[in-house]
Amino acid sequence: METLIVPSLAGAEAPTAGTATGLLIIGASQSGVQLAISLRALGYTEHITLLGDEDHRPYQRPALSKEFLQDKVGSESLIFRTNEYWIEHHITLVKGERIASLDSNPDGSGFAHGTSGTDYPYTRLALTVGARPRLLEAPGAGLDGVVYLRNADDALRLKELAPTTTDVVVVGGGFIGLEAASSLASMGKRVTVLEYGPRLVGRAVGEETSEYFLTEHRKRGLDIRIGARIEEIIDDGHGALCGVKLEDGDVLKAQIVLVGIGVIPNTELGEALGLEVNNGILVDSGAVASDGTTIVVGDVANMPNPVPGAPTGERIRLESVNNAIEHAKVAAYSLMGRSEEYAGIPWFWSNQADMKLQIAGLSTGFDSTVLRRDPERGKFTVLYYRSGRIIAADAVNAPLDFMAVKQALAAGRSIDSVAAADPATMLKTLIA
Amino acid sequence: MTTVHFTDAAGATTTINANAGDSVMETAVRNGVTAIVAECGGSLSCATCHVFVAEADLPSLEPMGEMEDEMLYGTAEDRADNSRLSCQIRLAEGQELHVTTPETQV
Ligand SMILES: Cc1cc2nc3c(=O)[nH]c(=O)nc-3n(C[C@H](O)[C@H](O)[C@H](O)COP(=O)(O)OP(=O)(O)OC[C@H]3O[C@@H](n4cnc5c(N)ncnc54)[C@H](O)[C@@H]3O)c2cc1C
Ligand code: FES
Repeated sequence: METLIVPSLAGAEAPTAGTATGLLIIGASQSGVQLAISLRALGYTEHITLLGDEDHRPYQRPALSKEFLQDKVGSESLIFRTNEYWIEHHITLVKGERIASLDSNPDGSGFAHGTSGTDYPYTRLALTVGARPRLLEAPGAGLDGVVYLRNADDALRLKELAPTTTDVVVVGGGFIGLEAASSLASMGKRVTVLEYGPRLVGRAVGEETSEYFLTEHRKRGLDIRIGARIEEIIDDGHGALCGVKLEDGDVLKAQIVLVGIGVIPNTELGEALGLEVNNGILVDSGAVASDGTTIVVGDVANMPNPVPGAPTGERIRLESVNNAIEHAKVAAYSLMGRSEEYAGIPWFWSNQADMKLQIAGLSTGFDSTVLRRDPERGKFTVLYYRSGRIIAADAVNAPLDFMAVKQALAAGRSIDSVAAADPATMLKTLIA
Repeated sequence: MTTVHFTDAAGATTTINANAGDSVMETAVRNGVTAIVAECGGSLSCATCHVFVAEADLPSLEPMGEMEDEMLYGTAEDRADNSRLSCQIRLAEGQELHVTTPETQV
């Protein structure tokens, strides 16, 4: 555990971790960091402790499967803020401390018990504890070369194994699996991707986009197996991972098996507090949990769908940087006693090889699509419609399409589907 | 010394001593220059790191790529001839740069 001790805002005493009251934020990543920053920007005067179990200064995760894995950016580039920033803004940062349990009072105050033995008193609690990787269940899944990619330690481990690796099997054809597979292929590894389901990224994009990525990745040399079933992960008889055996009998050589099969929200602390939990900790539109006081933000939160015009009562749990940021801002308003509803156009990005995917809106519930292709310039866009109105777009190397759709959605407008089918027409001119 | 001067829409200037090799965006965000949002952390996906570069400093910059050019059409405040996405500007040792930040990034 390491603590950055900062002077208290009130000035009198410098609280050390374990004595400061005020707001305790558990989880020092995208959501927790944004919550602390937004609170100070809004003029919040209570003390803030930002605590997390990782032994690193708070950092951004997206590059872990992309630029950082490929050694294109160093670790310093991932850091959210300098140490001076935290000190100047009177935010006590505690690293490498895991909260094992909580003792809470009905008024929302309480004590958080760290595994180091330190207790952290708080007058108000925020849970920004995120999610953890779903574990692979297969014989041999406990072998040393079976790795996951959620945090910096995972990425560092992968980078440590990479130089002596020639063959990688990636389990899961979702965003993280495909990003990591592309990165490892660009580092000269032979990469096979195993997707259990009927298509790539099935949870987040429609069939056309899945098909596009399948074709393009295969063209670039990835061996992708759709509908693949793992029988076992095999070792060389001396405990070292050497391959993956599939149910169809095929044996793939591998020194690394990288698993990216989704995440599970870290709801345990919320459950211990008696909060309502259902695929994440349930919150209202102000990011407040069912006890009326605990703030819950980001990947761990299950919230009312923030898309304007979404069916009332519909709930959603989003896993994205954009959501972590916007949700944290709403939570900061709640803590300031102001109610700002979370309403916004969710967006997401994923970089795979030379393909930059940007997604605007949520495509769930679409009933028709429009394709825009410009193969010469490597551009590809799918527009999603529901009852004739645009609800989302997947745009590859087509930022103008992405931004036009994002703008249309934010303004509550649509884009004519017939005219949009001509890729030479700028979507921006069709917003109506 | 490598330095970036950030002038906000109201005219107030913050000067930051940067590390050579860092981008202008990283220099801003890590030091709490809030006029640069940079949601995507430099991945050229969000267009919320928009800056206007002082005319005199423009020749010292590498020309922008096609993706940056297209992204600039989606910034919250309309682009101008001296617009750049600050995550795409890497600072060289000893470089001094003056940029103005837009009123809004989102
Ligand atoms: C490899 C990778 C690539 C990604 N790429 C993209 C992308 O391109 N675009 C995009 O939009 N999103 C991307 N994401 C998703 C994005 O990073 C997440 O949505 C975001 O990090 C969620 O932030 P969070 O703070 O809610 O949760 P998390 O980032 O999961 O942070 C939660 C933190 O809380 C800590 N914690 C949990 N329990 C405790 C406890 N009991 N005590 C103390 N600390 C605790 C955890 O260790 C962790 O540090 C990517 C994610 C990964 C892993
Ligand atoms: S930081 Fe997102 S485009 Fe520059």
